[in-house]
Amino acid sequence: MTFAIVLNVLAEGVLTGLVYGLMALGLSVIFGVVRVVNFAHGEFTVIAMYATFVLFQYFRLDPLVILLPLAAAFFVIGYALQVAIINPFVGRAEHEQFILLVGLAIIIVNTLLMIFGPDARPVLLPYAFDSYAVGPLIVDKPRVLSAFAALVLAAALFGFFRFTRTGTAIRACADNLVGAAVVGLNVKRLYAFTFGLGMACVGAAGALLVAIADASPSLASTYTLLAFIIVIVGGLGSMAGALLGGVLIGVSEALAGFFFLPSMKSMFSFALLIVVLVLRPRGLLGRRA
Amino acid sequence: MIVLWKETTARARCLIAVVLVLLVGAPFVADRYTLSVLTLILYFAYVGQAWNLMMGYAGQLSLGHALYVGLGGYVGALLWVWFGIGPWLGVFPAMLVAAGFGAAIGWLGFRFGIEGVYFAVLTIAFAEFTRIACDNIGFTGGAGGLFIPYEAQRVGEWWNLRGGQFLFYYVALLLAAAAVVLTALLARSRLGYQWLAVREDQEAARAVGIDVFQAKMLAVVLSAAMTAVGGVFYAFYYGNLFPAQVFDIGRSIELIMAPIVGGLGTVFGPVVGAFLLTPVGELLIALTSKLGFDHPGAKAVFYGLILMVIIVLRPTGIWPWLARVLGLEKSRK
Repeated sequence: MTFAIVLNVLAEGVLTGLVYGLMALGLSVIFGVVRVVNFAHGEFTVIAMYATFVLFQYFRLDPLVILLPLAAAFFVIGYALQVAIINPFVGRAEHEQFILLVGLAIIIVNTLLMIFGPDARPVLLPYAFDSYAVGPLIVDKPRVLSAFAALVLAAALFGFFRFTRTGTAIRACADNLVGAAVVGLNVKRLYAFTFGLGMACVGAAGALLVAIADASPSLASTYTLLAFIIVIVGGLGSMAGALLGGVLIGVSEALAGFFFLPSMKSMFSFALLIVVLVLRPRGLLGRRA
Repeated sequence: MIVLWKETTARARCLIAVVLVLLVGAPFVADRYTLSVLTLILYFAYVGQAWNLMMGYAGQLSLGHALYVGLGGYVGALLWVWFGIGPWLGVFPAMLVAAGFGAAIGWLGFRFGIEGVYFAVLTIAFAEFTRIACDNIGFTGGAGGLFIPYEAQRVGEWWNLRGGQFLFYYVALLLAAAAVVLTALLARSRLGYQWLAVREDQEAARAVGIDVFQAKMLAVVLSAAMTAVGGVFYAFYYGNLFPAQVFDIGRSIELIMAPIVGGLGTVFGPVVGAFLLTPVGELLIALTSKLGFDHPGAKAVFYGLILMVIIVLRPTGIWPWLARVLGLEKSRK
């Protein structure tokens, strides 16, 4: 009996972790290529969550329907952001990038706070209480759908980087910036494209996260930190690492919430981060820089 | 100190004297509110200076300095509440504890080659870890907070740091002034130059025989201990400590704003930044409430905008530019 419960907790952690992984994937892609640390990552995620909430509340659109259009919209936002604000900061000191994006994060959080207030806004899916029974496992339907969608999107992104010309060009920029410029790649445009892709992950993850948490402004900094922990645990710049890190953190959160207190769950994530940083500073699947 | 005085230009000496006289005399003309704002400015100038030593001089980015404020505050407050040990004495154990944490973080980070963003995230992780731990630990009051009781009969016991706005203002002024002098002295010491070398190029620093690890460790330990003093001040000034507030990452960010806006790695940057940012924040509160747009978020949005504008237009901070405009810089030979 207890074993079945623990198994259920584990399954929940894995499913949640995959969605976290998709969000962190955005951060990893942006850092891996543009070398800018997006300290407003969680803030953008929460914007996507609120967008999903509004579209669901007023137009009765299912988050899974909203998913792709929202990802597309966030791609445009990311592209514009990179072109308008972030490009001049590429290659500048880390603390300068940090200030720029923290400024942006503060603006986002407080604008959301003014519009929606501090209360959490739940998205009450009609199938919120449906579940699948697989042997001793009983898993929530919304979580399963979200995790599945996250996996498909991550695979699509992976395929894009591996098999398309633009994807290959972006990888070239990440591997050798000077070389990429020498062979005539438009680095600035590719950077903007990459930032857009990273933000598309954020948009999609935001739409999927409403099945896991209620949208609230206070989630923003939590998610920024969460994305950082995941990416560092998995290895900055490694796409598979981001997903693996997401699953690890999801499982550690679920177990900590079950065996200890839900309020202590991020303590275990931070402990995991410290252990990984000390033992393997480049992350589990990260390459030596 | 005498050397420092000799090295400043006449114009700078006058300016320093005028500012000092104004600050010392301020309590006799300013009202309670203005005095509280000034106290806050001086507090931020002080803790900003502590962070500036580590980031501005040694080049180590810490985004978890709220940890040291919180640790200092908790140690100072607990010693007082439990044993009646006053803050003038309690500040030493507080510094020791914070320095110990700083040393642990520094050792982990520098020993294992964790740098830049990774190191910054490590500092956040420790601050957040401590926040959640304190939230769930009984003896520090947990999430319910730790309070320093207000005892009317103790007001005026300056030797226990119990008193009114006057007392706290002068203590803050003393701290800020001492931090400026200490920074100026350190900046032109052997250690200060070692820090600059490490900040600019670690490999080159190592090549000329600097013990890079030791220089970085000294920066973290010193900065942590200094910040803890600010924490003790904070605890006794406000009389309450909540883990969710003192250790929050928002606090760490708030703390580093003044030196960044004022100018990293400069002696007066943190002070100028604090004198600029804090009043602007207060002004925004007053302005938004006057306009009937009374929402705490509005102030923060402006704050965010100011940060972005400053970092785009003056990435090196206000002070280097201001010093040039005021003609305080010595002409290079």
